[in-house]
Amino acid sequence: MELIVLLKQVPSTESFVGISEDGKSVKVGDAKMVVNPYDELAVEEALKLKEANGGSVTIISVGSDKAVEAIRTGLAMGADKGILINDPAANNCDGLQTARILAAVIKSMPYDLIIAGQRAVDDDNYVVGSAVAEFLNIPSIAMVTKETIADGKITCEKTVEGGTVTVESTLPALITTQRGLNEPRYASLPGIMKAKKKPLETKKLQDIGLDAAGMGSQKTKVISFKLPPERKGGKIISGETDADKVKALVKALQEEAKVI
Amino acid sequence: MSCGVLAITEQVDGVFRKVTYEALSEGRRIADGLGCALSVAVLGSGIKSNAETLGKYGAEKIFVADDPELKEYMTDTYTNVIAGIAAKEKPRMIILGASFRGKELAARLAARLDAPIAMDCIAVRLEGGKVIATRPVYGGKILADVELEGEPQIVAIRPNFMAIAESQKAGTVEDAAIDKGKIDLKFIEKKLETGKVELTEADVIVSGGRGMGGADFSIVEKLAEVLGGAVGASRSAVDEGWRPHSDQVGQTGKVVSPNLYIACGISGAIQHLAGMSSSKVIVAVNKDPEAPIFAKADFGIVGNLFDVVPLITEEIKKAKGL
Repeated sequence: MELIVLLKQVPSTESFVGISEDGKSVKVGDAKMVVNPYDELAVEEALKLKEANGGSVTIISVGSDKAVEAIRTGLAMGADKGILINDPAANNCDGLQTARILAAVIKSMPYDLIIAGQRAVDDDNYVVGSAVAEFLNIPSIAMVTKETIADGKITCEKTVEGGTVTVESTLPALITTQRGLNEPRYASLPGIMKAKKKPLETKKLQDIGLDAAGMGSQKTKVISFKLPPERKGGKIISGETDADKVKALVKALQEEAKVI
Repeated sequence: MSCGVLAITEQVDGVFRKVTYEALSEGRRIADGLGCALSVAVLGSGIKSNAETLGKYGAEKIFVADDPELKEYMTDTYTNVIAGIAAKEKPRMIILGASFRGKELAARLAARLDAPIAMDCIAVRLEGGKVIATRPVYGGKILADVELEGEPQIVAIRPNFMAIAESQKAGTVEDAAIDKGKIDLKFIEKKLETGKVELTEADVIVSGGRGMGGADFSIVEKLAEVLGGAVGASRSAVDEGWRPHSDQVGQTGKVVSPNLYIACGISGAIQHLAGMSSSKVIVAVNKDPEAPIFAKADFGIVGNLFDVVPLITEEIKKAKGL
């Protein structure tokens, strides 16, 4: 079974991020860069499928030199091969452009299943996975918490408001991950050593046969960033006893905040 | 440049979900700003009589795709049918709810129509005839203003954020052409917990964190129950296995914005704060007066949550005359 994982490097969710003075860019500063948590689930699921069915796992990412580390992490977990598209022309892509780049890479490869994170926790866009499937003209199922493959079909449980829906799809297909799908393994020390010797190709857009026209124009543009309104720390409710404090709280919620 | 705003409805078993009315109301507001008409696409099975009610929320035209195979949302059939309606109507904007299915549909539709897309928007405004959408990124740590170039502009709005406004319009019902296209997906079953309030749509959320000390969330559940709210959890509580993943609030879980958020035994890690800071009113109960959550909370009580939370439940019962 040939498995492809789409992976993005993002600042860890524990880190502070800010914006530049002119509000035109996000300042990541020295935030720790990690594999997007939802993509870790994707790597883990691909590895499990490989363990059960044989085949190989290829990680594909669009990013800068630094993204090599994230791909190596995936290789250390057990993936076989990595491809990084690193091209200045791809620096400010919107979701559809990124999806076209990824689809262009995948078109020349054999694959049964593509697994992507439901979203990256930096731009929270939820677009790339489904769009890659569209550009490859294959079915997609988002927010998958459980999958089983049998008789050339994949059956997935996916999250919906208030529950789950089970959907079956023909293969090849693309699925996106939801928490609960699995618990990603840690890279072992031998895994990290092995990863250093695994193939990791870095390519430019022209290497995958994509020019500016093929990538499409940037149609979704961020014109400015701002910080959300600062929440002012409110009051700590004082009182002799817990009961006094609670009485004051409920009164405030009713009369001041008017939320009860 | 074409005109017209097309809203997409969302129904479960023939009943419109709340986000449908939010998308219609916001769509109406934008259409008025642009001087355009608002139409709405309704997909489902046996949905026609319900569809007729949507004129009340500002729809001039109601396109109904009523077909047994559209009973359940499936990304492929829904994308195919809506792309067909969009190709015919050529709307300037398509607006829908960024629910789980809405996000998936919006993404696939954007790729199909080669359309600009703003996902999970919390505000939409017009500036010199241009549509600017505001959407949270980095789990809400930052807000991005996004401009959409080209048409149709797809705007997916965050559920539970936009106001619902009634505005009676003609609401003329038309049968839409139903081109289901190539079908690869098959619906097997759905399991919905009846009566459970979805976190992203809840008006009130009571969340528990590490301070809960274990999987017994009964005091949190009771408080949520008297408030008609949902139960949430911090990542540590989920990582400990005390609560299911679907309860997690934060940057790697759900980003929520209820009217009232009560954090019990949650210290306030940055990735949790990112996920709940847009709540209208935040209450924190924590035994550590230095907990970062207090810096974000409108009201804080320093104390043992096992004593304080049941007292809040009782006090609210009294206040509500329960």
